[in-house]
Amino acid sequence: MSLDSPRQLTTLRDPADIVFRTVARSGGVIVLSIMLLVGVFLAFRASQALSVAGFSFLTEQAWEPDSGRFGIAAVIVGTILIALVAIVIAVPLAIGTALYITEYAPRWFRSILIGLVDIMAAIPSVVYGLWGFFFLQGNITPISKWISQTFGWIPIFAVDGADPNDPLSSVTVYTSSTFIAGIVVAFMITPIITSIMREVFGQAPLGEREGALALGSTRWGMIKSVVLPFGRGGMIGGTMLGLGRALGETIAVYMIISPVFVIQPHILQNGASSVSSLIALRYGEATPFGLSALMAAGLALFLMTLVVNFAASTIVARSRSGASS
Amino acid sequence: MTTLTDRPAPSASFPPPTPTGVSAGSGSGTVPTQQETTFTPPPEAPITEVRRQTSGLRMIDLLSAGGAAVASVSLTALLFTQLAPVSGPIAFAVIAYLLFVGIYALLVSFDEPGPAVRDRIVLVAVHSLAWTVLATLVFVVTFTIVKGADALPHLNFFTQDMSLAGPLDPLTTGGVLHAILGTLIQITIALIITIPLGITTALYLGEVPGRFSRFVRTIVEAMTALPSIVSGLFIFATFILILGVEKSGFAASLAISVMMLPIMIRAADVVFRLVPGTLKEASIGLGAGQWKTVWHVVLPTSRSGLTTAIILATARGIGETSPVLLTSGFTASLNVDPFHGPMVSLPLAVFQFVKSPEPTMIARGFGTAAVLMLLVLLLFIVARIIGGQTLAVTEKRRERLLRFTAAFRSVFAPLGAKITGAAAPALAGGKARVDSYFADRDKRLQSEARPANETAALLTATEPIGVLDDNDLATLPHPAPAASAGPADIRDDKPETPEDTK
Repeated sequence: MSLDSPRQLTTLRDPADIVFRTVARSGGVIVLSIMLLVGVFLAFRASQALSVAGFSFLTEQAWEPDSGRFGIAAVIVGTILIALVAIVIAVPLAIGTALYITEYAPRWFRSILIGLVDIMAAIPSVVYGLWGFFFLQGNITPISKWISQTFGWIPIFAVDGADPNDPLSSVTVYTSSTFIAGIVVAFMITPIITSIMREVFGQAPLGEREGALALGSTRWGMIKSVVLPFGRGGMIGGTMLGLGRALGETIAVYMIISPVFVIQPHILQNGASSVSSLIALRYGEATPFGLSALMAAGLALFLMTLVVNFAASTIVARSRSGASS
Repeated sequence: MTTLTDRPAPSASFPPPTPTGVSAGSGSGTVPTQQETTFTPPPEAPITEVRRQTSGLRMIDLLSAGGAAVASVSLTALLFTQLAPVSGPIAFAVIAYLLFVGIYALLVSFDEPGPAVRDRIVLVAVHSLAWTVLATLVFVVTFTIVKGADALPHLNFFTQDMSLAGPLDPLTTGGVLHAILGTLIQITIALIITIPLGITTALYLGEVPGRFSRFVRTIVEAMTALPSIVSGLFIFATFILILGVEKSGFAASLAISVMMLPIMIRAADVVFRLVPGTLKEASIGLGAGQWKTVWHVVLPTSRSGLTTAIILATARGIGETSPVLLTSGFTASLNVDPFHGPMVSLPLAVFQFVKSPEPTMIARGFGTAAVLMLLVLLLFIVARIIGGQTLAVTEKRRERLLRFTAAFRSVFAPLGAKITGAAAPALAGGKARVDSYFADRDKRLQSEARPANETAALLTATEPIGVLDDNDLATLPHPAPAASAGPADIRDDKPETPEDTK
């Protein structure tokens, strides 16, 4: 499905057109300069801190810019862990929801479902944060506990300070963890991933679908051999777009985690960190140099989401299903 | 000439002037006849394939699903009461669910082959995943509203600010008027900045192609990745620390604008790209300049999509906490001056309220969150209504209104004539107007039926839309990235199609 574009025409422009083109171009120039200003200014302010920290900016875990010891090792790892937990939970949910919308739901129900998923994407993150803090925090700890007791031998599920043999042990070691923040972020990014997957699943060609069914495949057989291969590009791209959102999420994560500035690989354990919550936590008390360090952290986060987003849009655009969108 | 053979030429093709003895569809290409008229065969009717529903429910399916459900719940209850290694409602649900899948698969495997069993397991999995997502959505919404229900019924919650209410005060004093007004002021300023700038830029990207506009598009797409906290940090570092402007609602609006601008440009760009090239070519072909084409063709065609894009970007902007946190700061009192002093917004107020350990403050926080959510939902519904407006819908609504007034008049006209003779001519004039409208309309529809068909054929020739079902018509272009706006939007804005005229 190619959108056709107007043919190239050579014309003498009348004054109205010249004004329009000038205004439109100046709008473009203004937006471009704002956007470049953000990027350049971030890079410029960050360079001050980066020149002091040097390479240790990537390896140092502590965040004490005024004593010269600061780096993003801990917060970047924390951000990535939260985003990974979110993706691991959100992707199955999104695939299930998208398949339900395109393949299983009755026709009349589809448009309602699509609307609901879009509403879910529009709910402010602070509302998800409230839900995570006041409901999920209290109700998820038994599961955290069970996972850590059963799979504690896998390093990331281990929890320091928890005694598996003590049935009365406190559950506070399981609160404010990467896991809980990840679950909340997962529900925030699920609708974004779902809407892209739904779009590509819905475009799977009818002929191939019916061919598969005519050859005797079950509905799942048809999905596995037609819909999923057709939508693979959109699935990967949608997942990465969700990942981009998950990396940048601030307020819901900030409400749930209790920040630590060491690399915390135990996702079930109290204490986690992320770049955006570091900025929200420290911007107020920061000295000019501390602010420069925060800018550097923000720049690192921005570059990370930028790479992820560009990769996502490239994958979506190159795939068979996404070529036209 | 290739374009003419690709798409059926409207004037020659519909309906075929079938000469005697020659059936229109018999030959491919042009068919010379005795009268020496040349015509092309009729265009293939736009194929709108409807996907068949392949589900069929049998008694045995219901029985095995129901049996598996009962068995799994009983087993889990046994596990919890007798063995009890875990506790909690979520754990109960998880274990019951896993047992259900297992038992169901076992039951199905008694009388179905392997592939069918796998099909059933996937069926259960897909249904449960989708329902988990929906249940979570409903739960998040109701949880917020139920928890906020303590604060919401008090009228003072909407008419007072928090300047006189301390943390220990009951819910009958204090409210979030300052946050509601703050949000409205901030988003208004942000929209004043982003709408003209965003739409102008989107028009630039779509209408003035070139290397520079491609570059602008790349940068804008890159900027959609900008985390909202970083945009807040940028305004904080430039405006507040370097230029010395105090923390204010205006600074927050700027931060929100920086965040919303790329989202809006991208959504508007997608909407503009969906305007059919043929419409623009027709306008230019009639001698209109570029500006006239934009004003009379591009903008009206994309009006509903554009409104949707703006409203959805607004919903994103309203819900952001972190830019406001950094650039405006918190205050407990009402401040309607965006240029001086801190100005709180709804999400920031929520964030501050729930930091307090006091139950009344937390209730206020949930109440504020409910207000915020209802505001976003309202915007969303408005977007939905505007986005779903097609010519067919507006025409139908107008017709219904006119028929209603006609019926109303026919009932009350005799009555009115009895009361006052003077009103009668006016009423009769009204009825005549209604009648002439319907007569006009019918005539117009008859005469337009053919061109409308041709337009449909043209559009389907360039934009095959067969695979989309009608439900997709309701799809809104999403502000969130990529692949969202389907070709269905074209059908939305197309001039009257055959279905519309019925």
